[in-house]
Amino acid sequence: MSPLKLAAIPLLMFGFGFALVPLYDVFCDITGLNGKTGRIEAAEIDASQVDTSRTIEVRFLANTNTGLPWDFQPLVKKMEIHPGQVYEAVFRVRSASDRTTLGQAVPSVSPGLAAEHFNKTECFCFTEQELAGRETLDMPVRFVVGTGISDNIEQITLSYTFFSLDKG
Amino acid sequence: MYTETTHDAAHGEHHDHGPAKGLMRWVTTTNHKDIGTLYLWLAFIMLLYGGSMAMIIRLELFQPGLQWVEPHFFNQMTTMHGLVMVFGAIMPAFVGLANWLVPIMIGAPDMALPRMNNWSFWILPFAFTMLASTTFMEGGAPAFGWTFYAPLSTTFAPDTTDFFIFAVHLMGISSVMGAINIIATILNMRAPGMTLMKMPLFVWTWLITAYLLIAVMPVLAGAVTMMLTDRHFGTSFFDAAGGGDPVMFQHVFWFFGHPEVYIMILPAFGVISAIIPTFARKPLFGYSSMVYATASIAILSFMVWAHHMFTVGMPVAGELYFMYATILISVPTGVKVFNWVTTMWKGSMTFETPMLWALGFIVMFTIGGFSGLMLGVAPVDTQYHDTYFVVAHFHYVLVTGALYSIIAAFYYWVPKWTGHMYDEKLGKIHFWWSTIAVNVLFFPQHFVGLAGMPRRIPDYSLQFAEFNAISSIGGFAFGLAQVFFLYIVIKTIRGGEKATAQVWEGATGLEFEQLPSPPPYHSFTEAPPVR
Ligand code: HEM
Ligand SMILES: [Cu+2]
Repeated sequence: MSPLKLAAIPLLMFGFGFALVPLYDVFCDITGLNGKTGRIEAAEIDASQVDTSRTIEVRFLANTNTGLPWDFQPLVKKMEIHPGQVYEAVFRVRSASDRTTLGQAVPSVSPGLAAEHFNKTECFCFTEQELAGRETLDMPVRFVVGTGISDNIEQITLSYTFFSLDKG
Repeated sequence: MYTETTHDAAHGEHHDHGPAKGLMRWVTTTNHKDIGTLYLWLAFIMLLYGGSMAMIIRLELFQPGLQWVEPHFFNQMTTMHGLVMVFGAIMPAFVGLANWLVPIMIGAPDMALPRMNNWSFWILPFAFTMLASTTFMEGGAPAFGWTFYAPLSTTFAPDTTDFFIFAVHLMGISSVMGAINIIATILNMRAPGMTLMKMPLFVWTWLITAYLLIAVMPVLAGAVTMMLTDRHFGTSFFDAAGGGDPVMFQHVFWFFGHPEVYIMILPAFGVISAIIPTFARKPLFGYSSMVYATASIAILSFMVWAHHMFTVGMPVAGELYFMYATILISVPTGVKVFNWVTTMWKGSMTFETPMLWALGFIVMFTIGGFSGLMLGVAPVDTQYHDTYFVVAHFHYVLVTGALYSIIAAFYYWVPKWTGHMYDEKLGKIHFWWSTIAVNVLFFPQHFVGLAGMPRRIPDYSLQFAEFNAISSIGGFAFGLAQVFFLYIVIKTIRGGEKATAQVWEGATGLEFEQLPSPPPYHSFTEAPPVR
C-alpha cells in the first residue's frame, strides 16, 4: 500500500472523530439510550389510549448551573399520573439579577429507559428563556408518558438544569 | 519517495559509507539504526523523567496527611507522570525497537521513508520540552489527569492547557508518520521469499499496531481540537450550556484510549514471541494462531471503550454489551499466553537475562489481565472504578507488561546492536531487584483499592497507611533499579565480551542468521536469501 493512500486513513479518522459527536446523538435517538426526552405534537395523542389501571409517580427537579442568578423551582414536587394522559406541570423561575439574563433549560429523565416513552407537547426547554431584571415567570411543561412504558417502572424523575447563555 | 529509497540503496553499493561525524549525524540522520537509537534514548530519558515524578507521588503518599507537596502540584505530578510514561516512554521505546528491528528482520536496507523517519523522531523532543515547560509557567502543568476529562480540561483548566493541546497534536503527527512508515516498510520492502506468514511475530504485531495508530491517533487529535475550540472559539462540544455533553468527551477519548492500551501491548507480544522460542530452543507454538489472535484483539479493541465509563450512568443494555465485549477479549489474549507456555513445554530452557524478563512478563502481565477481567465486570466495577485497584491493574499490564518486554528486548538484541554482551550478572541482579520491588510497589495497591482508596488524591484515611508505606518503599527501590539499568546500558555500549553473529544458541531470524554483530551501518543493501 502506498504511503499516500495510507495517509488517507488518518485524515478520514480525524473527520470520524468529529463525526462521532452527531453519531452518538443519532444512536441514542434510535435506541433511546441516554435519557433524552422526546417531543410530539398535541394532535398525535389519542385520548382513548389512557391506561387508568397503572399509576406512575413523576417527580420534578430544577437546578441552575453556575453563572445564572436564577431561582428555579417546580410548583409541585411530584404527581401521580396514568400512562397515555396529558398532564401539565409548572415551574417558576425568578431572576435575582438587575440585568436582562438569558438561559436555556436542558432536560433529563431517569431511569434512562423511561426517556423514550416520556414525550412533551410543550416545554420551556424548547426555546431560550429571557428574563428582565428581577422578573418572575411561570413556565408550563405539558407531557404524556406513553402506554408502552415497561411495567417495572413505577417512578420517573424529570430534571431540568438551566444554563446561562450570557457570554462573558 | 520510493525512488528516494532505491536511490539511497543503490548509492550505498558504490561506496559503503558509515555514519557522518559529530553531532550533526544525529540531527540529519535518515538511517533506521540511528533513528532507532535516538528513539530508545528519548524513551529512557522520559522513563527517568516520568519516574522522578512517580517518586514525588510515592513520597507524598508515604504517610497520610499532606507532607511534601501542595495538592495542586500533586495533581500535576500524576497527570504529567501518566502523559510522559504513555506518550514519552512506552510508545517511543516500541517505535525505536521497530526502527532498529523491522528492516533487519525482513531483509530491507532501511525504512521505506527515511526522511520522514527523521522528522517523526525530531518532532518529539520539541513536543515534550513544550509539555514539560508548562510546569514552570503560571497556572502550572496539566493537572486534570492523563485522561484530561472535560470540563476540568476545558472550562476549569489554566492557560497552559493550550501548550498541552499543541504537544498532543505534535505527538500524534509523529506517531502517525512513524506508523505509516512502518506499514509501508513491511508491506513493500520485504526480501523476496519473506511472505507475510513467514514474518517474525514482532513484525506482525507492529504491522497491526501501526494500523491501530493511524486509526486512533487522529481521533485523539480530534478530541484535543474540540477542546481547543471549546476553550477559545465558542463551540460547545463538551459544554451542556451550549447543547454539548461532557460525557461525550469520555466517549471520544476512550474510543482512542482503549485501542491505545493495545498499541502499548501488541508489540510487547511480538517481543515475547521472539524471546521465548530462543531460550526454550523450540519453534514458537501456534504461529498462525498468534497472528489471528493479534488481529482479533486489535479489531475487538475498537468495540469495548465504554468499559472505562461503567459509572457515567449508562443504561443497562450498554453496560451489558460493553461487559461481554470486554470479557471476550480475554479469549485471544488467553490464546497467546497458552502458546507461550506450550512453547516452553518440554523445551530445553535456559534462563539468561532476556528470558527472565520475558518470563516475568508472562506471569505478571497475566496478573494484570486477571484484574482487568474483574474490572470488566460492570456491577463490580462500580466499586473498583477510580480506586487504587485500577492503578494496580494498569501498572501490572504496563510496567510488568509493556516495560518488562522493552527491557527484555534490550537485553535480547543489545548484543546484536552493539556487538557487546551485557554483563550477565548485572542483568540478573537488575531483574530480581526490579521484580521484587515492583511487586512490593503495586501488589498492595490491589488491597487499598478494594478497600476503597481513591486514586489521584494526595491524602488518604489512616487505615490505608501501612499498605501505602510498603508501596512507597517498593516504589523507591524500583526507581533506583532503573538508574542501575542506566549504568548497565552505558557499560554495555562502551564495551563487553564480543557477541557472536547468532548471539544466542537458539536464536533464529535474518538479523541473527545473516548479519554480523554489530551489523554494518547499511545492512541488506542486497536482499538476503530467505529460507
Ligand atoms: C484482559 C484484558 C484487559 C481487560 C479486561 C481490561 C479491563 C479494564 C477495565 C474494565 C478498565 C477500567 C477500570 C475503571 O476505570 O474502573 C481498565 C483500565 C485500564 N486498563 Fe485495562 N484491561 C485489560 C488489559 C489492559 C492492557 C493490556 C493494558 C495496557 C497495556 C491496559 C491498560 C489500562 C489502563 C491504562 C487503564 C486505566 C485508564 C485510566 O487511567 O482510567 N489494560 N482496564
Ligand atoms: Cu480499556
